[in-house]
Amino acid sequence: MAVVLPRLAARLAGAVFVLWMVATITFFAVRLIPGDPAQAVLGGPGSQASPEALAAVSVEYGFDQPVIVQYFAQLGRLMTGDLGRSYALNIDVGPLVLSQLGGTLLLAVLALVLAWLLALAVATWSTRGGKVAARVGSSLEIVAAALPHFWLATSLIVVFSIGLGVLPPISTGDIAGLVLPVLTLAVPLAGFLGQIMRESLLVALESPFVLSARARGESERGVRWVHALRHASLPAISLSGWAFGSLISGAVVVETIFARPGLGRTLLTAVTLRDIPVVIGVVMIVAVAYILMTLLTDAASRLVDPRLRLS
Amino acid sequence: MQAGLAAQSRQSGPSRRLGVAEATAGVLALLLVASAVVPQLLAPGDPLAIDPLSAFQPPNFAHGFGTDESGRDIYTRVVHGTQYSLVIGAAATAIGLGLGIVLGTLAGMLGRVIDFTVNRFLEVLFAFPGLLLALLFIVIFGPGVVTATIAVGLSTAPGYARIIRAQLITVRSQAFVEAATVLGRTRWQILLRHILPNTLAPLFVLATLGIGQAIVWAATLSYLGLGAEPPTAEWGAMLSAGRTYITSAWWMSFFPGLFIVLTAVTATVLGRSIDRRMRHV
Amino acid sequence: MNGPALKSDNAAALTVRNLRVGFGLAEPVVRGVSFAVAPGECLAIVGESGSGKSVTARSLLGLAGTNSRVSADRLEFSGQNVLGLTDRAWQTRRGKDVGLVLQDALVSLDPLRPIGREIADSLRLHTTLGAAGRARRVLELLDAVGLPHPELQVRKLSGQLSGGERQRALIAAAIALNPPLLIADEPTTALDVTVQAQILALLEQITGAGTAVLLISHDLAVVSRVAHRVAVMYDGQLVETGPTAQVLGSPQHEQSRRMVAAIPADKPRGTRLSPSARPDAPRTPSIPDTPSTPDTPSSLSTSSSLSTSTNFRAGVSLESTVVLEAIGLSKSFRRPDGTSQLAVDDVSFALHHGSTLGIVGESGSGKTTVARLLLALLAPEHGEVRVFGEPWSAASEKTRRGLRASVGAIYQDALGSFDPRWSVAEILTDALNLRHERGAPHTTTRLTSLLDEVGLAPTVLPRRPLELSGGQRQRVGIARALAGRPEILICDEPVSSLDVTVQAQVLDLLDDVQRERGLSLIFISHDLGVVQHISDQIAVMRDGRIVEIGPAERVFAAPQHPYSAQLLAAVPRRPV
Repeated sequence: MAVVLPRLAARLAGAVFVLWMVATITFFAVRLIPGDPAQAVLGGPGSQASPEALAAVSVEYGFDQPVIVQYFAQLGRLMTGDLGRSYALNIDVGPLVLSQLGGTLLLAVLALVLAWLLALAVATWSTRGGKVAARVGSSLEIVAAALPHFWLATSLIVVFSIGLGVLPPISTGDIAGLVLPVLTLAVPLAGFLGQIMRESLLVALESPFVLSARARGESERGVRWVHALRHASLPAISLSGWAFGSLISGAVVVETIFARPGLGRTLLTAVTLRDIPVVIGVVMIVAVAYILMTLLTDAASRLVDPRLRLS
Repeated sequence: MQAGLAAQSRQSGPSRRLGVAEATAGVLALLLVASAVVPQLLAPGDPLAIDPLSAFQPPNFAHGFGTDESGRDIYTRVVHGTQYSLVIGAAATAIGLGLGIVLGTLAGMLGRVIDFTVNRFLEVLFAFPGLLLALLFIVIFGPGVVTATIAVGLSTAPGYARIIRAQLITVRSQAFVEAATVLGRTRWQILLRHILPNTLAPLFVLATLGIGQAIVWAATLSYLGLGAEPPTAEWGAMLSAGRTYITSAWWMSFFPGLFIVLTAVTATVLGRSIDRRMRHV
Repeated sequence: MNGPALKSDNAAALTVRNLRVGFGLAEPVVRGVSFAVAPGECLAIVGESGSGKSVTARSLLGLAGTNSRVSADRLEFSGQNVLGLTDRAWQTRRGKDVGLVLQDALVSLDPLRPIGREIADSLRLHTTLGAAGRARRVLELLDAVGLPHPELQVRKLSGQLSGGERQRALIAAAIALNPPLLIADEPTTALDVTVQAQILALLEQITGAGTAVLLISHDLAVVSRVAHRVAVMYDGQLVETGPTAQVLGSPQHEQSRRMVAAIPADKPRGTRLSPSARPDAPRTPSIPDTPSTPDTPSSLSTSSSLSTSTNFRAGVSLESTVVLEAIGLSKSFRRPDGTSQLAVDDVSFALHHGSTLGIVGESGSGKTTVARLLLALLAPEHGEVRVFGEPWSAASEKTRRGLRASVGAIYQDALGSFDPRWSVAEILTDALNLRHERGAPHTTTRLTSLLDEVGLAPTVLPRRPLELSGGQRQRVGIARALAGRPEILICDEPVSSLDVTVQAQVLDLLDDVQRERGLSLIFISHDLGVVQHISDQIAVMRDGRIVEIGPAERVFAAPQHPYSAQLLAAVPRRPV
């Protein structure tokens, strides 16, 4: 414990720092919008906001104050969990974003799990046999990793919903409605993770400790499960934090196509309407989720690799 | 794009021989470049010419990839769209790589304080995963082809910066750099003659791998209505237009998407092949 | 040293007749190898890299690889045929009928698993012992291989153990089921000499208990300690087999002779170790303006001056000046946990013109840090380095740069010391151009004469170091160091990664260039035999300090410090 606590404290401090910087960047980025910031909050130059509305927004956001005062005021609001109010929807951003978080998290976590399973399956299968399996495995991975979400989603809908009629083209809220969105997110990620796993699996299978294990009479299955797969999973684990982030980014497309409620769709709507408070709110909550996920993958790495626990 | 470097392909078999995949990718790359530079050669028609009488035709002899809602030939549009995608992809990669080089070099060369600062900055940027940074950028500067291109470049920059920094640090600590010091070379000579060339050579691979990713992302932004807009023959925009007719005219979405995938796969295979060749002289 | 005589092949623990191994469509790399090992006997297969000895070892376990073609007239464990076994059948035999010990347990034991688990694996696979029974047996095994406090060690990872400790653990895993045959492939290669001696003793003990041991090694001196018989492997064939004393004492085959001759230990300074280091090198006087050495063969003059002098400092410095001096050098490093460790502690010595100072020590003794301090790649915390009496470590890099050409360096990892993008021609031209000289001969001429001097043909010029052999790379490294016309050469383990016959050629070459150019050498190595052969004076380092320094002959004949004596006792020597 004595060793764990300071490290944990350092990690948490780092996380808080990143969040603070994210808030800072978004705050000043919004100030880059040309023209009156109140106008920007009200939907940009194209919107026809009344002077009264502009004045009200100016006062509400403190645009009449010096920038530095505004900055600290915003930080203060963030610390109390106040993410502002959506202009377009006229509701508080905090509760809105939180209500959308669950759906996206479910989607992302399921996709991450499925991607891991697919990647493991392809990697182990393609390193087992001869050259043909290796070629096929490697090609599958490259093509899968190159599939754009929006095209994969459309193709899946054409085949499974329109062609075969077995799965709903838009989310229905039940499990059947989850299948296509999760597949859409998982397949490209599986291709990406699979490439990494296969490379490191091949390295592990060629290493002297595997030769030692074989010389002790370990079977091929044993060599993989006891030794090689553990080594092969390490780089994929440490990339899972990044992968999770890319899944949330992918949710923007997937939730839009499958008409699923969630952070991604909320974000896209807000971007289209230039609903700045909602955009900032989503960005902040994604940053929090991403940071938590990196902390998790860090812990998972330490679980699998005892060497990390030593130093 | 991170996938590419992380999954540096291991040597399996003789590296000098040209594989089937590499040869195919090479031919495809040539075709793609040809359709970007001289689209008329491959598809003589006008990508924007409408012909309402022959709208929504499935792939047939006259229209290999079918026609869209206004009767425009999809094959012609896909071929002519190559230049948009390639130019956007290349420009975005150039922006991302350029920023990455600046940040990575700052971090890798200029002492601990700057390295620490740039590293923290990159960590913060990584908290805007994937397209989030691009979306933030578009909110601020408005949608359009140019902002979408810059936005994609920005989103890829942190990844490049991290790889370049790592590469710089690896090269800097290698024995031949020390050997040059022992010979009596100055810091600048070592930087210019050894460190930079050995750091920048892998960038060629990064750029090739990155173009595929950039094209996918740029097309995604167009698809979401934040980049190129229909009726421009950009692949993402074509897919976006085809979305409305997905139940009746699958070919409107299928073929532009297929070309995005082909381009991305070509970039990956070529990038890896170059990487392998550079690694094993 | 004669082992138990073989009564018949049936009594042998291992019988191999006409073993051939090839990969893919290429020519076989093992071409008709036959031998037998009796219970309680240790047979050593000795060969240089590429001779096919490791492939032979692997084939005996059915682990030659996926695209290998293995054939033999006979392959038997204790009279039982194992030729053409299915993979499943092999799995029941590996670990039980034959054990394997590889080089460097850091990578030969799974770095993610505690050593206790690794050792228990053989028991789990081949016995019905329960978890408790396995745990008990693991402790017995660790005790048997001489690992102190087994109960504390079983939970550790291989990375937490010292080199010797984990090599013992690896051996414990291999002998867990008391297999009648143990194959040890370079089991001591990565180890320090004192630890190596302990592991060899352990192997001897295992042999003594009745196990047949097949030892694979590149080092004749090492195997002479434990092997009853030696088989010399060359180009996929066993060219000579016989009792150890006979093969080492009067080698018959040309390759055996070459390998025996190449052993540097006990060979006086100046003795040639290779048939001809530079077959085509003309003995013309080289660059005229280098400080010339006495015209008499310096091997004679140097050794006589040393043997006649009682005090080495007086003996050498009477006729030559000090070119490089270390005065009270100290340097510490920060450990990962934040504490600092003294890597070099108050080290002083003087290098005299035209002589060689050998620095020996085991890993972690600080010898490489000394090399980096001498090259001014690190700045000392205390003390200083002076070159030609001028400040060196204390000078700014700018002033030092002018002198750098006079101090050359040769590295262990020659390949890593070359820019991978450059060809040999570019590497050497770059080094030659550092000295801007008016009226110097054309670069090409200088390039060829440089190559000539190190015994390389001009055909290597367009090639990159990656395409060269280990010996050729080190020759390029030497050529690069000589290009700046240095007067001092700092050599850090220059022959450690080379085969023994190649090592002999490189040592001879260093000897030649030193004599012809009147160079002063700092020669750093872990290998006492090599250092003894090449040095006039020797400094023995331990834990960052020089524990003993003196004339080579005196240090080897009558070491003053107990550690030097211990080190010398551990050096494997061939029986005379």
